[in-house]
Amino acid sequence: MNGANTAFVLISAALVMLMTPGLAFFYGGMVRVKSALNMLMMSFISLGVVSLLWVLFGYSLAFGDDIGGGLLGNLDHIGFKGIEPTSLWGDKPDAIPVLAFAFFQLMFAVLTPALISGAVADRVKFGAWTLFITLWATVVYFPVAHWVWQADGWLFKQEVIDFAGGTAVHINAGAAGLAVALVLGKRIGFKKDPMRPHNLPLVMLGSGLLWFGWFGFNAGSALAANETAANMAFNTQIATGVAMLGWLAYERIRHGAFTTLGAASGAVAGLVAITPSGAAVNAWGAIVIGLVAGVVCSWAVSLKYKLGFDDSLDVVGVHLVGGVLGTLLVGVLATDGVGGATQLGKQALGAFTVLIFSFVVSWVLAKLIDVTIGFRASEDDEIGGVDQAYHAETAYDFSAVGGSPRSTVPATGQAATGASAPQKPHNKKVDA
Amino acid sequence: MKLITAVVKPHRLDEIKEALQAFGVQGLTVTEASGYGRQRGHTEVYRGAEYTVDLVPKVRIEVLAEDDDADDLIDVVVKAARTGKIGDGKVWSVPVETAVRVRTGERGPDAL
Repeated sequence: MNGANTAFVLISAALVMLMTPGLAFFYGGMVRVKSALNMLMMSFISLGVVSLLWVLFGYSLAFGDDIGGGLLGNLDHIGFKGIEPTSLWGDKPDAIPVLAFAFFQLMFAVLTPALISGAVADRVKFGAWTLFITLWATVVYFPVAHWVWQADGWLFKQEVIDFAGGTAVHINAGAAGLAVALVLGKRIGFKKDPMRPHNLPLVMLGSGLLWFGWFGFNAGSALAANETAANMAFNTQIATGVAMLGWLAYERIRHGAFTTLGAASGAVAGLVAITPSGAAVNAWGAIVIGLVAGVVCSWAVSLKYKLGFDDSLDVVGVHLVGGVLGTLLVGVLATDGVGGATQLGKQALGAFTVLIFSFVVSWVLAKLIDVTIGFRASEDDEIGGVDQAYHAETAYDFSAVGGSPRSTVPATGQAATGASAPQKPHNKKVDA
Repeated sequence: MKLITAVVKPHRLDEIKEALQAFGVQGLTVTEASGYGRQRGHTEVYRGAEYTVDLVPKVRIEVLAEDDDADDLIDVVVKAARTGKIGDGKVWSVPVETAVRVRTGERGPDAL
């Protein structure tokens, strides 16, 4: 076992874990006050659900030995059967414990379904969402992770370069977001009512946490504390910074202002685009990737208004478009003789098979949930806010008037002034 | 008696309060308000989507005054509120039939 590599991967895994709460705040600030908590919860729930699935069968489906054809892992490691703390991943002398590798990969599996939630803001039943990500992780994410990253996976064998998840994470989540947004339909009042972000500082906080965690996501994917990891970390920073500049420049020219949301979005677009490619390019490649991602994604987010689908927080414009750009550009910009037309063809194969597979299966899953238990919140719950409907909470207490407790006050008796008394949920029975 | 109401830019509130105090006004009521005048609101841009924000933040200041003081008070408020830029607000007065100090029951000018 290599101690340095193990330490690096464990720390990287912890960094990647922080991306999910980071994403929650990135998305949470962009929605209206009445659904801010739901947006946070749609990410947080993935930390619970996918962690459990990972032990039960997720790891085995993604990284178990191939069942044949490079499509899926076998069930040998169900319930982490046969994996001891001493089991190793990789070849000596670089090997790390399987548990360190599994811990790191788990964080990717957690983040990816959470990314989809941005497409369905304000309007889904929380239980149905939880069921959706359970099924989606099982039949979409685990297989695709196997295709791309497992040595027997069919895209891996085709030599598609996806260093840290341009296809498996971003194209995958982006295509799923588009599919689910189409099944669910638009938010009530889309393109009519104002749907301004309620808290841009939260968006900035979230994008900052994403940026920070992404160093673990990208550099950690080397699975070793080595030159590749250093190149990847460095390029991640360069591409992200330049993408932010690209998005802001586009906005200033098209819309007349350097916006905060643009800075945060541009950074995320850059992070997405450098993910598949950062280990195969140099700093100048990173600059090109960042600039292209910043400008093109900034343009792409307006597509939903033209095409008329409500991808609420631009999962398609940022993750799908950014993921495709990064995945294709590696074929053009890769150094060390990897780039060229042949590689570009391989990259396109990887990008578009994952896109189509994810879109079709996600659409079927969403439709299945919609016709059985119902995916979409009722009109009343959507208008009143899914926070109150599904979480019995509101994000902010703006008013000192009303909201007196219906059951007992806290034992100290100090809370009876009413200023911070909890509001009662509008559609839940509370025992007095 | 008159009720003088001013709807003005929030950042002028301190100036107006000080000017009123210097004039001898003992008390006032301030409410957060929003509205627009001829200038309308402003435009905000989020990822290229433009939103027209019609209602802009204002404060509403209310002062009770004796009839003789009312015009002077209006002048004091206007002078303190003016920035010369668009959206400075409005000040008006209306007659008041009666006023009562709740604590003592005093009525009319004694209640001010």
